[in-house]
Amino acid sequence: MSASTFGSGIRRREDPRLITGTATYTDDIVLPGMLHAAMLRSPFAHARITSIDTSAAAEAPGVVAVYTGADTEGEIGPAPCAWLLPDSGLSIADYHCIAKDTARYVGDIVAVVVAESPHQAYDALDLIDVDYDMLDAIVEPKESAAEGAPQLHAEIEGNQAFHWTVTGGGDIGEAFESAAVVVKETIVQQRLIPNAMEPRAALASYTQATGELTLWNTTQNPHIVRFLMSLVVGIPEDRLRVIAPEVGGGFGSKIAVYPADFITVFCSKKLGVPVKWVETRSENYQATTHGRDHVQEIELAATSDGKIVGLRATVWAGMGAYLSTAAPGIPTILHGLMLSGVYDIPAIHEDVYGLYTNTTPVEAYRGAGRPEATFMVERLVDLLAAKLDIDPAEVRRRNFIPKFDNGHDVVTGLTYDSGDYDGALTKLLDKAGYDQLREEQVEARKQGRYIGLGLSTYVEICGLGPSQVAGAIGFQGGLWESAIVRFHPSGKVNVMIGASPHGQGEETTFAQIIAGELGVSPDDVKVIHGDTDNTPMGWGTYGSRTTAVGGAALALAARKIRDKAKVIAAHLLEAAVEDMEYEDGKFFVKGSPDSSKTIQDIALMANVAWNMPEGVEAGLEATTFYDPPNFVFPYGAHLARVEVDAETGSVTLQRYVAVDDCGPQINPVIVEGQVHGGIVQGIGQALWEEGVYDEDGQLLTGTMLDYAIPRADGLPDIEVHSTVTPSPHHPLGVKGIGEAGTIASTAAVYNAVIDALQPLGVSSVRMPLTPERVWRSIQAAQEDN
Amino acid sequence: MFAPQFDYYRAGSVAEAAALLAEHPEAKLLAGGHSLIPLLKLRLAAPSALVDIGRIDSLRSIREESGTIEIGALTTHSELASSELLRSRATALAEAAGMIGDPAVRNRGTIGGNVAHADPASDLPAVLACLGAEFRVTGGNGDRSVGASDFFEGLMSTAIGEGDILTSIGIPTVDSACGSAYAKFAHPASRYAVIGAAAALVVDEDGSCTCASVTLGGLVPAPVRATAVEEALVGTRLDAAAIASASGLTGDALDADDVLGDVYASAEYRRSVAQVWVQRALSSAAARCG
Repeated sequence: MSASTFGSGIRRREDPRLITGTATYTDDIVLPGMLHAAMLRSPFAHARITSIDTSAAAEAPGVVAVYTGADTEGEIGPAPCAWLLPDSGLSIADYHCIAKDTARYVGDIVAVVVAESPHQAYDALDLIDVDYDMLDAIVEPKESAAEGAPQLHAEIEGNQAFHWTVTGGGDIGEAFESAAVVVKETIVQQRLIPNAMEPRAALASYTQATGELTLWNTTQNPHIVRFLMSLVVGIPEDRLRVIAPEVGGGFGSKIAVYPADFITVFCSKKLGVPVKWVETRSENYQATTHGRDHVQEIELAATSDGKIVGLRATVWAGMGAYLSTAAPGIPTILHGLMLSGVYDIPAIHEDVYGLYTNTTPVEAYRGAGRPEATFMVERLVDLLAAKLDIDPAEVRRRNFIPKFDNGHDVVTGLTYDSGDYDGALTKLLDKAGYDQLREEQVEARKQGRYIGLGLSTYVEICGLGPSQVAGAIGFQGGLWESAIVRFHPSGKVNVMIGASPHGQGEETTFAQIIAGELGVSPDDVKVIHGDTDNTPMGWGTYGSRTTAVGGAALALAARKIRDKAKVIAAHLLEAAVEDMEYEDGKFFVKGSPDSSKTIQDIALMANVAWNMPEGVEAGLEATTFYDPPNFVFPYGAHLARVEVDAETGSVTLQRYVAVDDCGPQINPVIVEGQVHGGIVQGIGQALWEEGVYDEDGQLLTGTMLDYAIPRADGLPDIEVHSTVTPSPHHPLGVKGIGEAGTIASTAAVYNAVIDALQPLGVSSVRMPLTPERVWRSIQAAQEDN
Repeated sequence: MFAPQFDYYRAGSVAEAAALLAEHPEAKLLAGGHSLIPLLKLRLAAPSALVDIGRIDSLRSIREESGTIEIGALTTHSELASSELLRSRATALAEAAGMIGDPAVRNRGTIGGNVAHADPASDLPAVLACLGAEFRVTGGNGDRSVGASDFFEGLMSTAIGEGDILTSIGIPTVDSACGSAYAKFAHPASRYAVIGAAAALVVDEDGSCTCASVTLGGLVPAPVRATAVEEALVGTRLDAAAIASASGLTGDALDADDVLGDVYASAEYRRSVAQVWVQRALSSAAARCG
């Protein structure tokens, strides 16, 4: 590999167009004769629709059509749930794209207006007269499971979407009964609202003469959109082209294929002209999927010297009013299987109840299940440390899985690929100056200041995943990735990939992979993605899988090119193939490096094909479909230092130090950026973010005035370090890094705040840790004392 | 986020704006737009017309004349924050203006638009009330000057009547040693004040407090004077103990029924911790008396 390219922090080639505002997003695309759709959304969380009168709207200026659920009947099927979780009693309620007779969350679509301008479409929404009969609403997942709770779907008893369990290792009851120490906690993983820079959008252009549809869509996975769109609207896949142009972030919220996407396509198909729909930011808050929303009752059993003997949990996971595309797998497969964390835990049991509530559907949100798992485990470990009065770092060390480089089985059934958890923690404590920080804490406490240190040692599962496993866990698709590498006669390279990066930087890092494998300059490589007509099939960008799976496909395609190039080079140099050597883009006969053929020479010859070896095809191009043998398991150790102002309850994050291990780094600057962003999103959950519904199901945090996303002025400089442990099964040894920061940081900050409040007797505060919540817990603890 | 339909007029002068308002009684004045445009986009307001006064340059100035600092209604928050005159003579106002929103908001939002909107969570009303500001209004009801206590009538309600235009705001200057400050507990999303405390102090040659003005905003519908705190400070030397003790009387100014609460911070919490912000404003103001 060329040291100057693979592993170097070259600048992201995506950035000039993003920074200068010249990128093309879905909303930037204008087609001749294009109309605009606006969705009428239910203002009530649970209501029977008794009548809809669209006559006034239909006659409003510029309005071309108004459709209700009656018009779409038989034309578009329900929005599908595509993760059919096995052995869980999964009950999928029909998610009609336009509500038929009942609206089940604020934002459920009731009608659509198509007009000549978006303003006219939105004005006409006000003219649609809908009569609603109000029904009782339920918003909290645990309450939704209770007897007597309002029921969302007549055919689904107790609002239960599924009940999934994981049991592994020894007898869990026995572990708890015989344990010297048990610590328990109830945690609310509050609902979070993803805030991608670009709201969702769709532009559908259907040609009635040919039956062909082109759909521009803000999606993380255009090939999945094509697959599901074809099923739901009945356009054959070969005539359906989905393009994800520039996509301004997703964080999981652009995995799902949404009712509004299907409706936009329906409108274009019906009217025979292009129809664009762009959600407003208010709609984004109401109707684009949310994340988290768990109530977790958790407990840990241990010996008196702090060795964990069992972990048990019950989780009530709010799923919203309907099951979104990938929703059932998030609080289960991506959560429960990770409950061993970085520890050797001999017995684990978890029950997860997925519950319908009168709220926006809950889906993957950065980390998707793993932050909720890490938080549980890391919180319990800290509670154990506090109970036994052992330093939290030491309790972790006593329970770490020992260093391994080629597979370690945990009792939940996973095989971690490689890890050195103690190594990451040791580096963290060294970089942070942990002992010194503890001394400073003692001094601060003497002065009446409340300084806290929080640790989070995590491992996560990403690089989803082997397709055979996808099938076994009910994921209605494959989880392989593909890549085409094509050399042009001039030696320039096009790479076509099935994955669909939307801000992560793979246009740069994938060029670096090619550069590393084939010795070309990264500047000579263009990475093409996001268009189903000119990229090979792929399953999308989520779960930190693009580099972990798609990057592997690309590396293997490049190696196929190298093998073919070697045969051609041998022919041109009149040598035997087995005598050929390759180094840094050049092929030469062993011992004669001065007489060589460059990859560019070979590309030219392969393309003109004047003098090819016997039986070798023209062209220099390779395709790989890569199905990974296992997931990858990045890990690390994070530390936060906070100070709490006991007078007001406000928390200041003073320092944040991270050690992450994602294997060899293709571009360390991009890795650092991903770590920064991830950490900040996790801090957001700890300190600021919460999607709040009132008891009637009205979203109280429905704008950016109310919902607090992190801002730079609330954050310290993040200190980023790493260790390098290659994945044994990945061709480049790399693991994913997109979500690691988020998976680690919520627990680190939370643990720091509780550590700060320890002298005041506070051991639990509901997230986010707003000043009022912290202040109230201080007041309550003081009253108890 | 699409505003309802409205007509748009641009006024070249105050007189022209007044005439347009008289002609279109349902119209709203548009200055920097940072309060009005969001209301339109959320469809919480639907005026038939907007009269844009944003380019009337004569309304954009900060100058001192005969014992008063006169601030044109179209002066932006960033101009307030960076004004040397305000930083030295009405420090709390410059300080508060610098805490509004973010740079983009401060570069467009105006003092006049801000106070005319009279959002209880806004920073400037409390500061202007603290500094004894006079609000100059012209238009339908003739020219007049209104004091802060009369100007802010309640939640999003002011003495600006139909056809009126707020043209400038006057702040009296003090010749003796004085200092003022603003302390703010900002909402993490909106950056509006959950609690805002403004303090202005005057001291005599011995460093003894002769006059104190303390006003709270953010947690009440309209700015409230903390008179008990003010009275407790007069005659003290403004040391930490005196400030702490006086701040403890903050609750006297806050009728529990009037205190605002929301999903982020309850009324009870705001009322309980308001004294901390009063104490911080007083400490800064005292340090600036020199």
